[in-house]
Amino acid sequence: MKTLKIEELSKNFGSTEVLKKINLEIDEGNFLVLLGPSGCGKSTLLNIIAGLETINEGNVYIDDYNVSKVEPKDRNIAMVFQSYALYPSMNVRENMIFGLKQAKVSKEKIEEQLEKVSKFLQVDALLERKPSQLSGGQRQRVAIGRALVREPRIFLFDEPLSNLDAKLRVEMRREIKKLHQQLKTTVVYVTHDQTEAMSLGTKIAIMNHGVIQQNESPENIYNKPSNTFVADFIGSPSMNLIKGNLKQSSDRILFTAEGANFDIPINSYDFDDTSQLNNKEVYFGIRPEHIYFKKSNEDDFEVNLKADLSEYIGHEQIITFNLANQELLAKFSSTIKIELSKETKLYFDLTQVSMFDANSQERI
Amino acid sequence: MQDNLQTSSYKQLEQKSKYTNMFLRWFLYFVLILFASYFIFPLYVMVVTSLKTMEEIRQGTLLTWPSSLNFDSWLVAWGGRGYGAGDTFLRPYFWNSIKMVVPAVFFSTFIGAMTGYVLTKWRFKGDQWVFLFLLFGCFIPFQAILLPMARTLGVLGISNSVIGLVLVHTVYGIPFTTLFFRNYYVSVPTELVKAARIDGAGFFKIFFKILLPISAPIIVVTVIWQFTQIWNDFLFGSTFSFGEAAPIQVALNNMVLSSTSVKEYNVDMASAIIAGIPTLIVYVLAGKYFIRGLTSGAVKG
Repeated sequence: MKTLKIEELSKNFGSTEVLKKINLEIDEGNFLVLLGPSGCGKSTLLNIIAGLETINEGNVYIDDYNVSKVEPKDRNIAMVFQSYALYPSMNVRENMIFGLKQAKVSKEKIEEQLEKVSKFLQVDALLERKPSQLSGGQRQRVAIGRALVREPRIFLFDEPLSNLDAKLRVEMRREIKKLHQQLKTTVVYVTHDQTEAMSLGTKIAIMNHGVIQQNESPENIYNKPSNTFVADFIGSPSMNLIKGNLKQSSDRILFTAEGANFDIPINSYDFDDTSQLNNKEVYFGIRPEHIYFKKSNEDDFEVNLKADLSEYIGHEQIITFNLANQELLAKFSSTIKIELSKETKLYFDLTQVSMFDANSQERI
Repeated sequence: MQDNLQTSSYKQLEQKSKYTNMFLRWFLYFVLILFASYFIFPLYVMVVTSLKTMEEIRQGTLLTWPSSLNFDSWLVAWGGRGYGAGDTFLRPYFWNSIKMVVPAVFFSTFIGAMTGYVLTKWRFKGDQWVFLFLLFGCFIPFQAILLPMARTLGVLGISNSVIGLVLVHTVYGIPFTTLFFRNYYVSVPTELVKAARIDGAGFFKIFFKILLPISAPIIVVTVIWQFTQIWNDFLFGSTFSFGEAAPIQVALNNMVLSSTSVKEYNVDMASAIIAGIPTLIVYVLAGKYFIRGLTSGAVKG
């Protein structure tokens, strides 16, 4: 039984297709993050799961029960919004029990739930305050509390941390993680922040233009991006994609960057299909953090490149190198001294590279 | 040496700008006082004249201060002289106006709030067109609808009645009240409505429990606007009512124009002030509340 299942779901606003044939499944207790740039349809998908948007095609199942036409209040879900959406005229207590009162839960049960949740989230001292008298972090807690008291099957989070300042965001992120570890409730979480997605999710579904690009564990998303969009979207700075050609002979496969006078041997790369690789136009993908200043593996590829630009960001520095007139970014510890406009010896970690077809943009 | 020279020239500049600032400030006060007196002048004349006897009015000038505080003309304007036919005074018409204004303001405000709520939080296909046509209602000159409206009131059997005027004012208030509430509710995050729907609240519950309690500022604005409009209306009042059912502005007109003998300026002035007092009261009371509502209204977050 899947806690949540989405089947061939399509949605359009007028003539714009927002979601195209989305298929998605979530197991009990998982934390699914919907990640993508703004306008990719992730929030619409969440609203559809909540029942706040209608569906054009396809179905939504919660616990194998088709809820496509069920009212939001009867879906056994709870949602936390970006603007918290606390009712301004009600105090914290009224905010938290509003849903239970609508559902005609008994007074004793309401009090019991309220006490349990407000203690758990440490808002029990704030019960008589109005939302306008709370700090950002407190509002966030109350919003989560309002969702918690209903003991839902699925929690929906719509960019809940984007209104907080950087420091508080990191704190609340940890709290949400802790919360999930303790309660083990299924969560669907929408964000455009990759750090949030990576640190919180047990699964990440990366979306672009209404299509799910990749839906896997954070590790796989990072290490084996399924296309150039995912490769480019995840990581900061994002993965270097060097355009070039493959040369295949009986015993080895070489990559030559466009206009470069050297080959990179990529025998160790695990191609899906090793036939017809010769002369193929590809992108050679390597993350800035996998380019080293010192040799660390036997198989590291050694190359001399000229540094063009250096960006110092405290604990590390990002150096832009010139690889046959294509930009190559590398990330080093800031203790390393690198001189600009001079050749520097670099080492590519070939166990960490990704290869993409230059035409289809897919991983090969 | 160089430094000293510069310091002294800075000092000169400082001194100079100080004088310029002082001059500009006094000039500003002068202009403000001038305009303020220009605006207050008619009111002064009205109040002063209403407190004089006819004798004093004839002998003195417009600006002369009355010899004693004499409220006789106010009493006459409000309650009449006590002789039968031809004695027009404001009291009954004042209550007509109250009976017309209170329900008309209430209904137009309430309906406007509802419409604004639907147009922003329960969007439907073509809602922009509905809003556009409603806006159109703000620009229709009222003279253009006098005849069809008179016919409608006749068919409904409520012409020449306070109820008829309530209906007319409610209908023609809705475009404005809708505009006010729509623009206010646009700034209220729609996530509030979404959250309430997930919590199980329906259309009316969301309106009454969530949106209306945070609408105080815009309710006050709408009430001030509607009250002033309806209280001061002369066109609808004089067209759709006469005699006993007329509102105060019509009665004021009749009183001032129908004096057969001598023009009693003191009574006319007192009547005009009485007819204007309720709007003043609304401004003073609600205006204060309005500012309070604005400063404490933390809708966001």
